[in-house]
Amino acid sequence: MRAAELAKGVLAGDRRALARAISHVEADSAVGRELQATLYAHTGRAQIVGITGSAGAGKSTLVGALARDERKRGRTVGIVAVDPSSPFSHGAILGDRIRMQDLTGDGGVFMRSMASRGNLGGLSETATGVADLMDAAGFEVVMIETVGAGQDEVEIATAAQTTVLVTNPGGGDEIQSMKAGLMEVAQILVVNKSDLAGADTAVTQLKALLAIADPSAWRPPILKVVAKTGEGVPELVDRIDEHHAFMRSGEHGTRERRELARKQIVALTRAALHREALETAGRSGALAALVDAVAARERDPRSAAALLLDAVRREWAAELASR
Amino acid sequence: MANEQRIRVLIAKPGLDGHDRGAKVVARALRDAGMEVIYTGIRQTPAMIAEAALQEDAQVIGLSILSGAHLELFPRVVDELKQRGVDDVLLFCGGIIPQQDIARIKEIGFQGVFGPGTDTGDIIAFVKAHAPART
Repeated sequence: MRAAELAKGVLAGDRRALARAISHVEADSAVGRELQATLYAHTGRAQIVGITGSAGAGKSTLVGALARDERKRGRTVGIVAVDPSSPFSHGAILGDRIRMQDLTGDGGVFMRSMASRGNLGGLSETATGVADLMDAAGFEVVMIETVGAGQDEVEIATAAQTTVLVTNPGGGDEIQSMKAGLMEVAQILVVNKSDLAGADTAVTQLKALLAIADPSAWRPPILKVVAKTGEGVPELVDRIDEHHAFMRSGEHGTRERRELARKQIVALTRAALHREALETAGRSGALAALVDAVAARERDPRSAAALLLDAVRREWAAELASR
Repeated sequence: MANEQRIRVLIAKPGLDGHDRGAKVVARALRDAGMEVIYTGIRQTPAMIAEAALQEDAQVIGLSILSGAHLELFPRVVDELKQRGVDDVLLFCGGIIPQQDIARIKEIGFQGVFGPGTDTGDIIAFVKAHAPART
């Protein structure tokens, strides 16, 4: 199907067109790029919510519980769930649907599983683009679930307006380690599985960590939730709504929107640069030559990298000149 | 590996039997062959399987069944796919499928039927050879 036809289908809410359009965006095909360019003007209506946290924290279960609550409030829900790709085979097992089986039959929910495909930030390179498609298709809330994230996988902050960090009781040390990374990008902190012992301690620890963080206009609330039973989920949805309203309001909202736009452009540029530079270096043989030199200890990796970059620049200059 | 076309396979277990060892072995083998495998878990209705295949835009659907209800459930999966306009997908199945039922199952659109003892390499080769292109 051509891009124009697919775009029309997406805007009309045709689920099959949306599914195929997502495949194109994920593959970064010419049709996918055209779709993103045409449909971007129709985005910006959905509430984009990021769900992140370590493996086993209960992200998928929480996404399912949130979606159920949003549906009770009469809102339609799109879900993008990212699982890791194998660095060896590049294959992946995408298992997030297992925790959301009951949502499959709901016409107001559309869920797509994605593999991270070598991207290290906790998302896949095209996850934001896929969330945009769901936004354009008219879904009112779009949730993006990251891979199990530790400290540095903060890319969700470039994709979502509101990021929810999911932690568990007894994760004291783990929470400590998050304070410099994920903790800083989250606007809402959740202690999931808070029917287990230690939930109040976890809340206290989070509070203590937030107290030493920079005071900003938005103070991240800390909520106790049991995603499995739905306990605390309505309150969480209320807080997400509050943050969303906050983001839309006044000068602060404008600044945040610009910041999000900047982050998205930078992230995509960085990924494209990385990929294209290495492709060029591989093609020209510059990389292989330097690998030989460094492996033989005739040259250090740092200067080899600088030389490689020079070689790439020359290739690109020649390419541009020949156009 | 960022932006390339990868084969997306949906592995599902229709019906009520809860034994998914076989389905998981196949899912794992396909993953190790470089495919992206959406695993939906046990006790799926035909409608759930078709809807998941639609949303995921899977090129391939593999069904595992041990309960003996394949002649009941498989045609309903095909029917649910048809209702949703999902017409460009490769179907295969595995599990306990008696020899005399295989012809009927192929007739309704399952190109591959893989019983106990199948080499996972054969399933990988089959999927790679027949998966329809997407983009």
